[in-house]
Amino acid sequence: MAPVTSPPDPAKVTDPPPGRYSSDAAGLGRLRAGAFVAPALALIAVFLVFPALWVIYLGLMNYRLTGLAAADPKFVGLDNFLQAISDPGFWDSTWLTFQFVLGSAVIGQVLLGFTIAWMLRDWRGPLKRIVEGLVILAWILPSAVVSFLWVALLDRDSGTLNALLGIEGFAWLLDHPMLSIIIFNTWRGTAFSMMLYGAALGNVPPSHLESARLAGASGWQQLRDVVFPHIRGHILTNLLLISLWTFNDFSPFLLTAGGPDGKSEVLAVHVYKTALQSGDLGYGAAISTVILLINLVVAVFYLRLLRSKR
Amino acid sequence: MVLRRRPMGVAAVVAATALGLAACGSGGGDSGGGGGETVELTITQNAIAGGKNAAAADHIANWIIPQFVAAQKAKGKDVSVKFLPSGVDDEQYKTKLSLDLKSGKGADVIDIDGIWAGEFAEAGYIKPLTDVVGPEADSWEGWQQIPEAVQGLATFQDKKYALPVGTDGRVLYFNKTLFGKAGLPADWQPKSWQEILDAGAKLKTSGVPVPIQINAGTAMGEATSMQGVLPLLAGAGGEVQKDGKWTGASQPLKDALGLYQKIYGGGLGDPKLQQEAKGRDKSFQQFAEGKIGILMEGDYFWRGVVNPKDGVAKMADRDQVVGYAKIPAIEPGKGVRGQDFVSMSGGALRTVNPASEHPKEAFELLAFTLSPEALKEETKDGNVRITPRTDVNKEILAGEPLLTYISEEVLPLTAYRPPVAVYPQVSVALQEATAAVVGGTAADQAAAAYQSKLEGIVGGAGNIAS
Repeated sequence: MAPVTSPPDPAKVTDPPPGRYSSDAAGLGRLRAGAFVAPALALIAVFLVFPALWVIYLGLMNYRLTGLAAADPKFVGLDNFLQAISDPGFWDSTWLTFQFVLGSAVIGQVLLGFTIAWMLRDWRGPLKRIVEGLVILAWILPSAVVSFLWVALLDRDSGTLNALLGIEGFAWLLDHPMLSIIIFNTWRGTAFSMMLYGAALGNVPPSHLESARLAGASGWQQLRDVVFPHIRGHILTNLLLISLWTFNDFSPFLLTAGGPDGKSEVLAVHVYKTALQSGDLGYGAAISTVILLINLVVAVFYLRLLRSKR
Repeated sequence: MVLRRRPMGVAAVVAATALGLAACGSGGGDSGGGGGETVELTITQNAIAGGKNAAAADHIANWIIPQFVAAQKAKGKDVSVKFLPSGVDDEQYKTKLSLDLKSGKGADVIDIDGIWAGEFAEAGYIKPLTDVVGPEADSWEGWQQIPEAVQGLATFQDKKYALPVGTDGRVLYFNKTLFGKAGLPADWQPKSWQEILDAGAKLKTSGVPVPIQINAGTAMGEATSMQGVLPLLAGAGGEVQKDGKWTGASQPLKDALGLYQKIYGGGLGDPKLQQEAKGRDKSFQQFAEGKIGILMEGDYFWRGVVNPKDGVAKMADRDQVVGYAKIPAIEPGKGVRGQDFVSMSGGALRTVNPASEHPKEAFELLAFTLSPEALKEETKDGNVRITPRTDVNKEILAGEPLLTYISEEVLPLTAYRPPVAVYPQVSVALQEATAAVVGGTAADQAAAAYQSKLEGIVGGAGNIAS
């Protein structure tokens, strides 16, 4: 019986558009609805909004981990930001991060994850479970364990891979650091895409595929004209999530420590090295703010795509 | 900041859990002081049983703690002590300590590297000992036994911030077996850099995979500075800071970087070893396996790495196979202060956390670890190191050839790093210069890049002597 609250604002509609369901479907009213979301909002404020604002504030200081500037930081305005955007090291890291996201997430994880899900869609029985289990295992093992295994695999003197290939002394992590971490992250993160696409493919009505097949559509045509339109939203959601995760991923550090000479120093590693190893917290915070902005841009880009169809 | 729906809530919960765990992880676990209660102390070092500095970790856990607790009990005090081990790279240990101290946490008694004293003191992470524990710190009986230079390690702006744990020196180690095969003498002592390069060339001809290893690059951190560019700089007659002015792209720096170029550009060293994330550990391993001919390292290498008993890369035949020589100047008489040979020294410090709830007891524990009995116990059975105390050194160094060599031959001609807060940043810039040269950049160019970086660190060209 609670009065219907006013509809969402954008075009200043005076009445709810005909044919739309009420925006207050649960009939709680603003106050009670607000009370329900308040704990969640409080958590978000404390653990996400406040740290983000704090990072912006720190980015305006010459704050350091040690030394005089740790005891008595001074306000330096936009110096840190100007330093960041004029530092070629920062842009190198941004470019490497872009390669890392494109290579390991957008191409690697999505393609591999979809391929596995597509191939497994009609399988039943233990073999499917074994394949899925192995892929998921790569995902759920702790980073420290996994990176140790990969270091052991790729080591140039006594690595398993070099022993198998008979090319002892080939320095994967030094000569091809980006390729190494891209393959590593593809292997590591494919499970999420596989599971998401697996679920999405289950939603494609078999009758549509059946009719396509009867109409003589090839495998690729079935994918393009029947499957993709159905799972478009899943693909975009998946891309959004894994792009952002990969963008902020720190585990490459465990493999290459950003080296050699910064050749695999993605932004997450760059911030760690700047802020904690070199102790330049203020400058590190400024870079973090820029990363935050890049994340926002990426997110808005995907959300726009996602919305454009619906 | 991006996902407006459930994932955010999940992220918040995860973040909350992580913070909660972190809060449990740190902290000394001190609880209520005062008479009658148990005084709980913690002590930390970058040492861990079975790993890095294992002997030191065992000594704390198995001797210091029981002895100290028993001694306190005899005085009617109930004390319990916990050792917080750590086994990581020094840079990571430093980061962890800074974060601990910044948040008013951390162990009561902590070990730090001597060169961190300045920046930690300026940040207020450590305080003059007399401020933290009172006049006992100045009247400690050990001070009379500690040489002036070693006391200097613990001093910042004329105040003592810690007790020195010891000192060290750098030499050139070489593998006598490989030298024999290359037709080089077992009592090798180069008198110029050219002689090092000549020996490297001979080793190379005889099939040694890595004739010379002189640390370079940022991955090795301070090891690159102390066991690499700084001794070379001293050997070329330069100092990183002199009379308050920093050294820019000077001739000595260009010479030092030039030697890197000759070694790594000329196939006498393995440039990749300088780039690997665990390159220094690997260099230890390779020396122990007889793959490296000449290695510049500190006495830690002898004590903690190739130590046949508990080193991280044990060499059962260390005493027969590993030779050592002083680091020569570029040419005789051309080193710093006109010396023929040079070295660099540093040393660890041990101090009381200003946030300690029991500073007096913590200082007693600290002083106890540096008492003659404790040092003798720590250094017995082949774990000899150069302790800060001359009374102890006289006794324990007698049977130890390398450490006697270092304390008698090397320490008189050694040099120390500038005890100023900004040094670690300068050191990183030096490491980057070596990384550039090993990666193929010309020495002059790398030196110029160092100078421009230096200007940013030390506050303008006015503080640099060119």
